[in-house]
Amino acid sequence: MSHNGRPDFIEIASIEPKVDLSLFQSYLNEVGSRGRQMLLPALHKAQELYGWCPREVQEAISLALHVPLADIHGVIEFYTMFYNEPTAKQVIRVCEDPACTLGGADAVIAAMQDKLGLQHGETAADRSITFEKVPCLGMCELAPVALNGDKPAAHLTADNVDAFLDGSHPEPVAQPYGEVRHLLKRVGKVDPLSYGDYVANDGYIGLDKALELSPEDLISTVESFGILGRGGAMFPLGRKWLFTRGAPGDASEKHIVVNADESEPGTFKDRCLMEEDPFALIEAMTIASYGVGAENGWIFVRGEYPRSFARLQNAVDKARDAGKLGKDINGKKGFNFDIEVRLGAGAYICGEETALFEAIEGKRGFPRIKPPFPTTHGLFYKPTSANNVETLVAMLHAINMGVDAWRGYGTEQSPGTKLYCVSGNVEKPGIYELPFGATGRELLAMAGGVSNGKALKGVLMGGAAGVFVDDSKLDYPLTYEGSREGGFPLGSGVFMVFDEDADIARAMYELSRFFAHESCGKCFPCQLGSQRQMEIMERVAFPEKETATGQGVMATDKQILLDVGFTMTETSLCGLGQTAGSAVLSAIELWPDLVKSKK
Amino acid sequence: MSETVTLTIDGQEVTVPEGTTILDAAKTIDIDIPVICYHEHLTGNGLCRVCSVDSGGRVQSAACVTQCGQGMEVDTQSEDVKRGRRTILEMLASTVDLSEAPEIQEMMDELDADAQRFPEGSKAREHEIMDDNPFYLRDYNQCVNCWRCVQVCAEDAQYTFALSFNGRGFDTSIATYQDNGMMDTSCVFCGQCVGVCPTGALKPKRQAMLEEGYDPDSIFEATRRKRKNKS
Ligand SMILES: Cc1cc2nc3c(=O)[nH]c(=O)nc-3n(C[C@H](O)[C@H](O)[C@H](O)COP(=O)(O)O)c2cc1C
Ligand code: SF4
Ligand code: SF4
Ligand code: FES
Ligand code: FES
Repeated sequence: MSHNGRPDFIEIASIEPKVDLSLFQSYLNEVGSRGRQMLLPALHKAQELYGWCPREVQEAISLALHVPLADIHGVIEFYTMFYNEPTAKQVIRVCEDPACTLGGADAVIAAMQDKLGLQHGETAADRSITFEKVPCLGMCELAPVALNGDKPAAHLTADNVDAFLDGSHPEPVAQPYGEVRHLLKRVGKVDPLSYGDYVANDGYIGLDKALELSPEDLISTVESFGILGRGGAMFPLGRKWLFTRGAPGDASEKHIVVNADESEPGTFKDRCLMEEDPFALIEAMTIASYGVGAENGWIFVRGEYPRSFARLQNAVDKARDAGKLGKDINGKKGFNFDIEVRLGAGAYICGEETALFEAIEGKRGFPRIKPPFPTTHGLFYKPTSANNVETLVAMLHAINMGVDAWRGYGTEQSPGTKLYCVSGNVEKPGIYELPFGATGRELLAMAGGVSNGKALKGVLMGGAAGVFVDDSKLDYPLTYEGSREGGFPLGSGVFMVFDEDADIARAMYELSRFFAHESCGKCFPCQLGSQRQMEIMERVAFPEKETATGQGVMATDKQILLDVGFTMTETSLCGLGQTAGSAVLSAIELWPDLVKSKK
Repeated sequence: MSETVTLTIDGQEVTVPEGTTILDAAKTIDIDIPVICYHEHLTGNGLCRVCSVDSGGRVQSAACVTQCGQGMEVDTQSEDVKRGRRTILEMLASTVDLSEAPEIQEMMDELDADAQRFPEGSKAREHEIMDDNPFYLRDYNQCVNCWRCVQVCAEDAQYTFALSFNGRGFDTSIATYQDNGMMDTSCVFCGQCVGVCPTGALKPKRQAMLEEGYDPDSIFEATRRKRKNKS
């Protein structure tokens, strides 16, 4: 049987060899006392050893971590990167989402399938390699992209597929753009693995400054920066710290959680920060911990970011060696804080903060009902300040430069600078840092305009959960107030460009496929609506194709799309369902003829 | 003494203790809000969303898990509220066999929901009927994913943890470890899951056999408690 996100496996003739548990058992002995919260790390460890999660492994985990077998089964079933059936240790994951499609992913995918003789979800008979088509890998500026195991690859073509498969294709390097360099000042300039390099480039100045203040004064200072959350929900950072600090509980049971799940198609800014300037995030979290009074730090990185994970882990270890994490940090008596880096396993929903907590706790990533909010009932139901990577890094740079310099950028309501993820049909796709207030048109010009001198059809603003806009919206300033007026979200800073010849219907189909693939399945409107939306969009995007529900656009389709979109938006339990219809609805409004029955 | 809040529901003023849900407040003034996943004695997961109402928020609220607020103005019958409910039910009917869920059918009639709204070929729940123990049948073609069975099997009652899920999103279904038959799970056959299932997905074997016209003797033979074979 094939479940959503679960590959179908071709027949494997050989009898399963007996699983040697000895190596794994010693790992379990080490972590067993921490219980269920070690479930995701244990499953990752098992797959490192065996390629998948055989029965014996699941049973050993159940005993060691005291997790019911059914729950382990449910967790493996939930995360697309965990396998309940034999899979190779080497997995090829190639992106099939819009930026990569615009960049020519179709030809790359066809060439890979041809070379490997494998279709999506299949494993070679000798079990040497598994092939998967996957949602956005968060490297859209480098499209088309893929992962060979832990190794990312950019600018793939049918011609370099061989090099990609044998591992000789070079890994991408960072290339920041923009008008100013604050958040990006070290990106591409320092050795991201070197603590010394970080310190030599203004590292750990912010922590010194913060520790001169009382925690209360630090929070007021942060409030004066006017930083709203960069993860999409736009909650003021300083308030969140204040609420978490004020919530009942001791520092030893409060948490700083960094949301590094970045899986919104079109988004890659946090990856650039984590890969190229990982110590900045560690320093920012340490400052947060001092302000909030929380001794436990967590970074939850999406499973498809192995480079970020490794570099953050390295940074945490080196910061600890340097006395910047652990007990009595910076020599300050009683200031204790440490960080654990956790790896996700293929689930966009785990970017929703409460689903993220569930994942760390070793459960399926189902969002919780809010209220209660994380500031009082967060990770392990303890007070938690959960923040986006960019939010915290922006705070660090604001501390470094001081409130006046920070507020010298941007507008009264949107102070400072912001990162944008520019991708699609532009000359210079990449990560851009701009003061708030620049317009979309300026951003597009900075990126060299639409590629090949073509005209613009539209821009996907804010990500898969955002909206399509056309040229008429490009003069609104990119600020919180400007975007509200223009009727588009800034979201995670996505700016995906489609030229006049781009296939918008195809992009809409890919976005609806994304939501159907990523819906957690908890609430009815999103679980059912995301599937129905995709079924219709498949017929709209591929009018010649015979699909399960027929061929071509039907007379009833448009009204159904409107009703389903409305219902997901209005009644879904969490932000995923509430935005799953957004891009499609916006496209129907802009280009009414997209969904038009020929009959 | 607990604090109270005063709000209006469909124009009627009502005062309730702080912490009361909109659903419970509505009941006190005889306003019925439809529910599917809600169960008085179980943890509210607020997941079917047919109880959605307009409470003046950015989007609608699920009445079964949303607490009343002072001065709230709740509309349980607006066109938007009905549009959402109707669409949820239409999507559900295109997915699940609702023939043994009369309450849901009634809701559909009331809202003028069209069970045939979606074209033929729209993906539906398709599962083998599982007859793997003497006590109950599992027909997940009729399962609406309300989670009640999973919850009573876990922390809401039994602490047996025999049930979890396969897949996610549309393809979510109730499952056991490795899809084992119930006899090979931690199930103790307390029957609580069967008791809370709102559809015909979980059915006592005795009842299923009666419906199919078996005589009481053969039903007794098929459903009496057999010793679990421990090898
Ligand atoms: C489906 C979904 C996915 C999300 N993904 C992310 C993400 O990848 N990164 C992130 O920072 N916030 C994400 N969010 C928003 C978080 O729930 C949360 O608001 C945010 O992490 C708070 O941090 P901030 O205040 O710094 O933005 C997501 C929300 C939803 C509903
Ligand atoms: S909206 Fe979608 S992702 Fe969110 S709880 Fe509902 S089914 Fe899950
Ligand atoms: S089997 Fe019944 S109780 Fe369990 S989820 Fe399905 S409908 Fe609900
Ligand atoms: S990496 Fe392919 S669309 Fe983002
Ligand atoms: S009854 Fe309220 S969400 Fe199901």
